[in-house]
Amino acid sequence: MSSPEVATPTAEAAPMPVTPAVVESAPKKDKPRSLWTDAWYELRRKPLFVISAIMITIFVLMAAFPSLFSSVDPQAADLNRSLTPPDFGSWFQFGKQGQFGFDLQGKDIYARTIYGARASIVVGLSAVLGNMLLGGTFGILSGYLGGWTDTLLARFGDIFLGLPFVLGALVILSTFAPVQDSPSALRITSLVIMTFIALGWPSFARIMRAAVLSTKQLDYVHAAQALGARPGRVIFRHVLPNAIAPMVVVGTITLGGYIGAEATLSFLGVGLREPVVSWGIMIGDGRNYMETAPYIMAFPAAFLAIAVLSFVMLGDAVRDALDPKLR
Amino acid sequence: MSEVILEVRDLVKHFPIRQGIVFKRTIGQIKAVDGVSLDLHKGETLGIVGESGCGKSTLAKLLMNLEKPTSGEVRYQGRDVLRLNPADQRRLRRNIQLVMQDPYTSLNPRMTVGDIVGEPFEIHPEVAPKGERRRKVQELLDVVGLNPEHINRYPHQFSGGQRQRIGIARALALKPEVIVCDEPVSALDVSIQAQVMNLLDQLQNEFNLSYIFIAHDLSVVRHIADRVGVMYLGKMVEVGTDDDIYIRPTHPYTQALLSAVPVPDPTARQRKAVIRLEGDVPSPANPPSGCRFRTRCWKAQEICATEPPLLQIRPTSGHPSACHFAQERDVVHAG
Repeated sequence: MSSPEVATPTAEAAPMPVTPAVVESAPKKDKPRSLWTDAWYELRRKPLFVISAIMITIFVLMAAFPSLFSSVDPQAADLNRSLTPPDFGSWFQFGKQGQFGFDLQGKDIYARTIYGARASIVVGLSAVLGNMLLGGTFGILSGYLGGWTDTLLARFGDIFLGLPFVLGALVILSTFAPVQDSPSALRITSLVIMTFIALGWPSFARIMRAAVLSTKQLDYVHAAQALGARPGRVIFRHVLPNAIAPMVVVGTITLGGYIGAEATLSFLGVGLREPVVSWGIMIGDGRNYMETAPYIMAFPAAFLAIAVLSFVMLGDAVRDALDPKLR
Repeated sequence: MSEVILEVRDLVKHFPIRQGIVFKRTIGQIKAVDGVSLDLHKGETLGIVGESGCGKSTLAKLLMNLEKPTSGEVRYQGRDVLRLNPADQRRLRRNIQLVMQDPYTSLNPRMTVGDIVGEPFEIHPEVAPKGERRRKVQELLDVVGLNPEHINRYPHQFSGGQRQRIGIARALALKPEVIVCDEPVSALDVSIQAQVMNLLDQLQNEFNLSYIFIAHDLSVVRHIADRVGVMYLGKMVEVGTDDDIYIRPTHPYTQALLSAVPVPDPTARQRKAVIRLEGDVPSPANPPSGCRFRTRCWKAQEICATEPPLLQIRPTSGHPSACHFAQERDVVHAG
């Protein structure tokens, strides 16, 4: 990159273009979008994304307005109906009962499966959002400030990261809500969420820290600092918007994992429990009747698998769309 | 000559080399900038040249106060920049601005051009009232030769030259007196380089700006600079007007640099004496004793290893030159 005009330095005085937009315009007309818009265009064309997005919309609707899907009270028990097999003839007929059969206590399995979505979605979403907030904040702090803050936060996070997830959750939950207790729905739900956050934030913090470390070295961050921008502005205007994508992707994938983990803990008896309706509880209830009444476990398990798969697929699609290297 | 606006005295920046995970030990120092002094006069362009790794960009960062110097001082209009309180420092930042090397990384990809050029007004709200900012941003875009209607576009919708213009508009926003240009054209095509340099030239006349123009391309610096400083391994080896440096260079390193500049005329090329330097630039962590250039210099004698040559006017050099054996030699027009 050296112009050879050293002997005649004045000869290179090219005329100032009047409209440099014309002179210098590069063929960029086909890409007049920002990264997020680009990702959205990319996503819309992916069948995997479309399918998982539709499934997730249905699950979210289920969680928010279960009465749209079933008019039956999930807690209403009628021992006369105990262990009635599914009535496939009543599928897609509103107001009917027993589409998925009835459990040991004669509760409607279809209604309970629908109402169970709420616990899973609420626990999964809140745990991921909490993780993003807590882990993201710590990650930004240790990445941006560096030095001792970084070392302390990293070691502190390693303590939590060293605990195996299920063991850690078992220890925490069985301490604060022993198996024989029956805490209120709100208390046990928030306890499960907080357990997930306590055990999950270090991995989110690590991802955020790495992204911040690479972003804060970029020239536009130095440019903002050179203008005299205070750290808050630099972080929120320049670093965060450019460093958040990896955490969003991991969050989406983790959401599926958390829904599964919530079911695991409920199954083990330390997570959500009556009066909360959840897929994990239903699977746990059904395990004794695997052979005589497999439908008790099969339907919530199928919903659980589809929900987890949808979120994991969504996460995959979002990652592909946000990572320019994979295009 | 007009008044001195920026004075740099014995600026030193050593980066510690650290080892260890939790308890870090310092095992050495990278001497990136090692005692640089320079004066910038009002309305002039001071070019700084040198090869990669000689400390040019670190010098720019020190001048911008993006790095804390190990020692030395930077005086702006007689006041020591580094010893001001934070509020004064922020006010001072308005007067010294930076144009960066790579127009592809110096603009935040998630901000529109309007937000990028308008950000200085948000950081220093006292400069322009809120209602006026949009108009001011459009004026700035117009000044740097961009279409003011492109205010809502994103950086990736522009070419390299246009992006560099956006960077220049951002630097101009606060009406600074000094602009530090850290290789502002080296990432651009040659034809675009000329346009951007002419723009810088025109803006200098319009706003009476002073530039510190850092580059590794000698022809670029000659085109724009009034005075030139040559750096080698963190030290300034020769300073003078552009004719002093280009026609009457006295430091062997400057002569070697100039002889490496390609000459467009093929007949002149054959007559030209090329000075080939042997070996690599020594590590800045462990620079040679005495004169730093002695390991690659054909004139080196014993005194060069023991006594560091001072940057001063010598009997054989009409302008400051840091060589014990400074000797005028026209390398470019040698024939």
